[in-house]
Amino acid sequence: MTTLTEAPPPLDPTAPDRKPPRARGRWTPYWLLLPGILWLLVFFALPMVYQASTSVQTGSLEEGYKVTWHFATYWDALSAYWPQFVRSVAYAAAATVLCLLLGYPLAYMIAFRAGRWRNLIMVLVIAPFFTSFLIRTLAWKTILADGGPVVGALNTLHVLDVTGWLGWTSGDRVLATPLAVVCGLTYNFLPFMVLPLYTSLERIDARLHEAAGDLYARPWTTFRKVTFPLSMPGVVSGTLLTFIPASGDYVNADLLGSTDTRMIGNVIQTQFLRVLDYPTAAALSFILMAAILIAVTLYIRKSGTEDLV
Amino acid sequence: MGSHEPDRLSPAQLAAVRRSLRSGRASLTRRSLLRASAGGALAAGGITTLSACGIPAAGTTRGGVAAEDHSAEEKTVNFSNWTEYMDVDDSGKRHPTLKAFTRRTGIRVAYTEDINDNNEFFGKIKPQLAAGQDTGRDIVVLTDWLAARLIRLGWVQKLDPSNLPHAFANLSAQFRAPDWDPGRAYSYPWQGISTVIAYNKKALDGIEVTSVSDLLDNPKLKGRVGFLTEMRDTVGMTLLDMGKDPAAFTEDDYDAAIARLQRAVDKGQIRRFTGNDYTSDLTSGDFAACLAWAGDVVQLKADSPDIDFLIPDSGYMTSSDNMLIPNKARHKTNAERLIDYYYEPEPAAELAAYINYVCPVDGVREELAKIDQDAADNPLILPDKAMQAKSRAFRSLSAKEETACEEKFAKLTGA
Repeated sequence: MTTLTEAPPPLDPTAPDRKPPRARGRWTPYWLLLPGILWLLVFFALPMVYQASTSVQTGSLEEGYKVTWHFATYWDALSAYWPQFVRSVAYAAAATVLCLLLGYPLAYMIAFRAGRWRNLIMVLVIAPFFTSFLIRTLAWKTILADGGPVVGALNTLHVLDVTGWLGWTSGDRVLATPLAVVCGLTYNFLPFMVLPLYTSLERIDARLHEAAGDLYARPWTTFRKVTFPLSMPGVVSGTLLTFIPASGDYVNADLLGSTDTRMIGNVIQTQFLRVLDYPTAAALSFILMAAILIAVTLYIRKSGTEDLV
Repeated sequence: MGSHEPDRLSPAQLAAVRRSLRSGRASLTRRSLLRASAGGALAAGGITTLSACGIPAAGTTRGGVAAEDHSAEEKTVNFSNWTEYMDVDDSGKRHPTLKAFTRRTGIRVAYTEDINDNNEFFGKIKPQLAAGQDTGRDIVVLTDWLAARLIRLGWVQKLDPSNLPHAFANLSAQFRAPDWDPGRAYSYPWQGISTVIAYNKKALDGIEVTSVSDLLDNPKLKGRVGFLTEMRDTVGMTLLDMGKDPAAFTEDDYDAAIARLQRAVDKGQIRRFTGNDYTSDLTSGDFAACLAWAGDVVQLKADSPDIDFLIPDSGYMTSSDNMLIPNKARHKTNAERLIDYYYEPEPAAELAAYINYVCPVDGVREELAKIDQDAADNPLILPDKAMQAKSRAFRSLSAKEETACEEKFAKLTGA
């Protein structure tokens, strides 16, 4: 650390008289970055290295684990558990689309129409976070119980016949089916969609709407040509904040699902805690991470947004 | 860990930082820094570090590694247990049996309810035990198979029989000689757990259930049956139903049981595999019948008249949660005194009356009857002869078998 206190060579030799304040200022960004970098190193970089190492080890608890560069683990894991991968992506995508469909009108309403109720409604959106994730998910078991009013109503309206035909539900129940898992994911991640959407919508200058009206744009055209494009940063970050955690989630599939709705998070959990196959669990985590990274990169490239929010 | 210091940043990062500083503070963008850090991480995180990691082999010293025993000068014992597994007074904060222990011995008990799941808890204490360090716990309570694994790995200490006179005398015969710890050299049961079939009378609506076969085959129960994520309970009950002994089964028997369960999963008979959360499914009627732990059933029955249980003619599974002293525990003697204390009839009865699991202590009937006559007559708490005769334990598995069995069971439950 001693090197930090020594006066560094001036950046601009033509201005030696301003040296002391600039020298201090020069190091400010580093100092400001230091806590963040330290944090990332300890809680992100090191675990990643450890995990990468675990994924290419072989062994057992009794004999210990050694790095043998056994890359076949990746292939074995992928070929054994690709259905769960596909399912995770499908469920997470469905939940993200549902979140967007539910969250956009909500965020729009809060940003442009809520008036003095705005803060109250925002609090209501965040309110579920005051209870634990598990409790919130378990509450859905009561709501969707077989003999409950929701399932009763859906049965009377023959909605479950349709969803059953589509393979989203089975028999006359909702719990322990894909539909329940996707609903749980949607519910749990909705605030992550609404908040960034609200932030970008709220920033839009209302006079732009008036201007669009002055130029004879109908409300729908105004939305399509002005509001939606300007809210794109919110849409992108909202979908990312929903899709990424949803694809790795295992709680919803565990509590609301059944054997045929297990997601990749469940597999990783089982492999790590139950089967004690640490290399496979680590490899699966890496594959998931890589898949998400690639998907997100493509998505951001495609949607052409530099700023997230 | 020096790489956080700015002067030791990787060349790529330094260049990025310099570049951005030169053209004003605002241009130190997230993008340029991210890009630079990614490059830096690859170079520094490096291949060499990867191979330096690894997990050392588990200790082979059976009998465990003792630390210096601080019991005499530190009058305390750290006790880690499952949630809601201890008697509580009306205020809900104090544990009368532990208080009585402290009053008598002067040993303060630091009681923590930090065990929720055997697998998770193993994941939690594994790093310390594998590295030969103190876990900060003097007593942990773990289910048979995990207790067996810790003994196998040499991660727990041998108990000193001279500190355990009551435990030795009063341990009930049913729990005396598990094949993974014959003679109880390392462990003593905290409570026994019976796995039975529980059902919701209202949800069953007259459908007759008497065996695991009914759960697996009766088409009227399709999608309304639950099994447990605890492999030994689900497979054990199925093995019993197939006429096999879970205490002495072969690999083929195991595969046959898994295949039988798989058929039920495939035709949608089994709604899901659950941990403790089966209780909510059962009370709501989403499960008409399911495998259940007797301690829960006693509680559920008290709360709802619709819930009842049955013991199949083919028998039922019994396991236990066991007190163990991990390696390097600081207060071994104090821990042994606490274990022994719970084998005295009075505290044992007080505990049994409160938590409703199978009491592993002989001679508590009288004491328990004084507190709660119903509990003393309940075969789920104090099993009678007929009940004990139907009880079976799952045999211990070698490390290899355990992995293979868990792997097959994981496939069954959807991986």
